[in-house]
Amino acid sequence: MQSVHIVSAYDEELKYLSKRIAAMGGHAERMVEQAVTALVNADPGLAEKVIRDDAVLDEGQREIDDKAIIIIAKRQPMATDLREIIGAIRISADLERVGDLGKNVAKRVAAVTDGRQPTSLFRGLEALANLALTQLKEVLDVYASRTVDKISFVRDRDDQIDAMYTSLFRELLTYMMEDPRNITPCTHLLFCAKNIERIGDHATNIAETIYYIVTGDQMPADRPKGDKTDKISLSADLTAK
Amino acid sequence: MAQTLAARLWNSRWLLAAGVIAVLIAFAFAGISAYVLVPALLLLLAAAMLPAAGMRQSAEGAAAIEAIGLQRLSGEYLAAAVADPLIIFDHAATIVHANAAAFAAFGGIAPGMSLPLKFRAPEMQALLDNVLSGTVASDVVDYTEKLPVERAYRVSASSVGHGTDLYVLVFKDQSEARRIDRMRADFIANASHELRTPLASIAGFIETLRGPARNDPAAREQFLQIMQNQTGRMARLIDDLLSLSRLEMKPYLKPGTEVDLRQTVDSVIDSLAPLARENSVVIERDFAFGPLNVPGDRDELFQVFENLLENACKYGQSGGRVVVSIARGDDGSEPGIDVTIRDFGPGIPEEHIPRITERFYRIDVETSRTQKGTGLGLSIVKHILTRHNARLTIKSELGQGAAFSVHLPAA
Repeated sequence: MQSVHIVSAYDEELKYLSKRIAAMGGHAERMVEQAVTALVNADPGLAEKVIRDDAVLDEGQREIDDKAIIIIAKRQPMATDLREIIGAIRISADLERVGDLGKNVAKRVAAVTDGRQPTSLFRGLEALANLALTQLKEVLDVYASRTVDKISFVRDRDDQIDAMYTSLFRELLTYMMEDPRNITPCTHLLFCAKNIERIGDHATNIAETIYYIVTGDQMPADRPKGDKTDKISLSADLTAK
Repeated sequence: MAQTLAARLWNSRWLLAAGVIAVLIAFAFAGISAYVLVPALLLLLAAAMLPAAGMRQSAEGAAAIEAIGLQRLSGEYLAAAVADPLIIFDHAATIVHANAAAFAAFGGIAPGMSLPLKFRAPEMQALLDNVLSGTVASDVVDYTEKLPVERAYRVSASSVGHGTDLYVLVFKDQSEARRIDRMRADFIANASHELRTPLASIAGFIETLRGPARNDPAAREQFLQIMQNQTGRMARLIDDLLSLSRLEMKPYLKPGTEVDLRQTVDSVIDSLAPLARENSVVIERDFAFGPLNVPGDRDELFQVFENLLENACKYGQSGGRVVVSIARGDDGSEPGIDVTIRDFGPGIPEEHIPRITERFYRIDVETSRTQKGTGLGLSIVKHILTRHNARLTIKSELGQGAAFSVHLPAA
């Protein structure tokens, strides 16, 4: 997978970096998964655990940064190696953000579950989270296999996530208009949905970084903007009703 | 002890028999007294009970032959014979060999790939670290994968042999036990919510029938009709919930089975012909030429196309026709076959499209009720397609109808 250097310790260091990235990825996936489970099942204990786990990711990012800087200073890497190291720095930053977003979802569990919300809202959120998590999983699988020729799936999924988010946005808005008592939980759910949608964006960022690491080229920039929530307004929704 | 003695006796049975016969012959011909006969027989018996040296040697020989056979046995063949996913890896956690079951279960693994990059879950990372660092010779963890379909494994890792520098990872599938638990909880949650509405209405009508409408034959007939419709709905709901749960029970497809899509779609169209006639919808076919085979499960794919076509006939009724087309879709990232079911009804509003595969998501509750929908049809479709690595694309424009397109990857 990686070229062999005269100094085998150099290979070891590069391998260590990618192993740390994978471990961070695993943690981030687990955190988001558990945060959404905590939200859907109204489980404050699990939410607490997710909030605590975020420290692991922060630590991971700092460690990768340090290691990467040391490798650059010591080995003066070129070409693929340099891209690999810079990529690791970028991916770890994205994963750390994913963890933060998961933590933020977990923090809102208590506020949302005060009053029981319609189950359909949670189903929608769960479906959105499944899309985002699948995106993240597939991207990290590509990091493992380095088969970037199939990376176009990332864009398709991004569109799906955006469409799903727009739909949830609209639904939450309707609930808020129906009954002002829904406003508090629905606002929190809106932020949760936004956070999950952002996780999908970070996964797309990671995919672009991996593409760059492997090919040395930037991914073609035809990223369509699928998030149409900026166009949803209350009056438009009212007339539709 | 008694057993070994018995075994020794059995092993020297011919010798013993010959001895006994010899003593008896001597007794008959030489006329020695019975006092000599009995001790002679006892001596023979005791001699037979002594351990035989030759026997031990032959056992050792067999073991040696066995060891040579075992050493010749390639790890690859052994791995292939194991039904559970099995991965052999080296001290750097690089995959050396993965058996067919592992490929089927996890996909995208290849020799030379780094194991912790593929199995990123924290518990798996800890397991690999523990075994590779040598703190423990073997270790076991429970590992669950949530996406794309939920699977639970008990994973054991251990080193192989002495000084081979190889380790083995074996996955024991525990999904079924977990799923039964989950299924029960899910079933109760979904069923209780969805069954309550028809149940409440039946209870209400029973109350009315026993009270105010007791002597009103016209009302009684009408109420009984409504009650029958409601019980029918409950029965359909339970059927759908059960088939969804059954699907969730089966973790992944058996590899190697192929489905002829032309034949499958044809039989779906035939089976739905009465429904189409009832709704005065004409079903048109537009199939590509040549063989249209994909790997998959025929019964499951039948259900996919049945649900999609049924929806098209019911909700696209106003369009008067439904077009079913099968085409080879080679333009995308992966080659495969596209089956598209297109209706010309009112279409689906854009904001609902991403959501309609969710359980019990209904665009219009009233329309769904009158069409005898349970809110689970597309959910079942989605589930089956996920298991087939297939994609469902929904395109619709208001007033123009809707097109449900299934992309099934070729082998």
